[in-house]
Amino acid sequence: MFRRLPEALSAARVVRLVVDGEAVEAREGDSLAAALLAAGRVACRTTPVGGAPRAPYCMMGVCFECLVSVDGMGSRQACLVEVREGMRVETQRGARELGR
Amino acid sequence: MRRDEADFAVVGGGLVGTAVAWGLARLGRRVLVLDEGDVAHRASRGNFALVWVQSKGMGMPRYATWTRLSSDSWAGFAAELARETGVDVRFERPGGFSLALGEAELEKRVAQIRRLHNQPEMVVDNGFEVVDRARLDAMLPGLGPEVAGGVYCPFDGHANSLKLLRALNEGLRIAGATCLSSCTVDAIAPVAGGFRIDHRGGVAMAGRVVLAAGIGNARLAPMVGLRAEVRPQRGQVLVTERLQPFLRHPVVTVRQTDEGSVMLGDSQEEAGLDETVGTPVIATIAERATRMFPLLGRANVVRSWAALRVMTKDGFPIYERSAAHPGAFLVTCHSGVTLAAAHALHLAPMLDAGALPADFAPFGARRFDVPATA
Ligand SMILES: Cc1cc2nc3c(=O)[nH]c(=O)nc-3n(C[C@H](O)[C@H](O)[C@H](O)COP(=O)(O)OP(=O)(O)OC[C@H]3O[C@@H](n4cnc5c(N)ncnc54)[C@H](O)[C@@H]3O)c2cc1C
Ligand code: FES
Repeated sequence: MFRRLPEALSAARVVRLVVDGEAVEAREGDSLAAALLAAGRVACRTTPVGGAPRAPYCMMGVCFECLVSVDGMGSRQACLVEVREGMRVETQRGARELGR
Repeated sequence: MRRDEADFAVVGGGLVGTAVAWGLARLGRRVLVLDEGDVAHRASRGNFALVWVQSKGMGMPRYATWTRLSSDSWAGFAAELARETGVDVRFERPGGFSLALGEAELEKRVAQIRRLHNQPEMVVDNGFEVVDRARLDAMLPGLGPEVAGGVYCPFDGHANSLKLLRALNEGLRIAGATCLSSCTVDAIAPVAGGFRIDHRGGVAMAGRVVLAAGIGNARLAPMVGLRAEVRPQRGQVLVTERLQPFLRHPVVTVRQTDEGSVMLGDSQEEAGLDETVGTPVIATIAERATRMFPLLGRANVVRSWAALRVMTKDGFPIYERSAAHPGAFLVTCHSGVTLAAAHALHLAPMLDAGALPADFAPFGARRFDVPATA
């Protein structure tokens, strides 16, 4: 669905993440939300009440649709987190568990 | 300008007014509810939603009995509301706790509750238990190291108070009552056969009138020969994001709602009509909550608010019939969620019968006439 611009592809270094246990490639400087979209992992969570899938939406920190767990900390806004080598990301199913 | 006629006019559409009004409507009375509208200071929209028994009644044992009766009536009340309106107000009574941070707090808390229960006129046994840390750990998850113990009462519970307000409004509509919003009452005049009520939307005639206007009662009561010395008392509340269920029992300042969010509360501040939220108070609320449940420190807070309680001088309710105009009643309390079942199922029939029973004397406003001694 989303494709990187050729300029962006050639310029930036590859950063490797682990998303739900699988290796995913991102580019240095990506926000985590952008990296997930670019990798085709569009649905990043499901809603607590209806269980409906959700994807990053505003990409600027206001809609809270992009919540994921980052390195064991739940409900992080993926659009406000920059990717790092080795980052462990988990999509969130329903409400967050306390302490995760 | 509209004209309405009713058997009962209830002034105030908060939890107290709607519970009484619904109780009257289910007895077949023609009921008119007059409310100021969404501009109002309204405790019913900002409360903590506990149905709370354990701390109630120090200085007035009758209040402990009344509170317990309400708690015992709550399941039937919620079931009837669900049946009539389709709204599940999510009442649960798993038993509740108050927790002490440190030994000193625990001693104080236990002494208070013993004093409450050792009052000579205390006829009801509210089954409280002092719970030590080892037993607490079996009942509550992830307690912080400072939690020394707590007090448990099997009759404590909670509900969703916004759904309760909605269910009561829906129940009133279904029962054929008239609920008018943006109709602040300006004047009430006793006339032959009842009362004439002038409000912003028109005029109403009612055989009887029930004042349930929260802090608005102070202004209205003298119009029908009653006195309502009530003042606002601010309380602040924090709410977290929705979380997987982890806390089955409500704690007096921390409870997980039916929808998963965790409410942290609630302060008691004398601040007049000021409804603003202040960082020092909410910081204290958050700090105490995370000392009780350290993992809460990782949860995101999504909202905070302040709301105004309706307080009498001694903190107890006032239920009173006007001596000068016996069709007029005053109803006010500070725990309108807890007492909603009693108001709907027990108080409303008394108002319908036209008199309060003799054992309601302790709730009368005359108690304030006794000069306070040092
Ligand atoms: C922070 C906080 C926490 C609380 N926690 C709990 C709890 O855990 N458990 C519990 O049982 N209780 C709790 N309470 C108390 C509970 O919310 C109140 O007891 C209850 O909501 C009071 O209801 P009420 O109808 O008397 O008042 P309100 O909700 O204040 O309603 C009064 C109504 O009267 C109307 N009114 C006023 N003047 C006029 C007029 N002149 N004409 C027409 N209408 C008028 C207003 O529009 C308003 O709707 C809490 C309160 C607060 C603030
Ligand atoms: S996409 Fe809207 S907050 Fe992240």
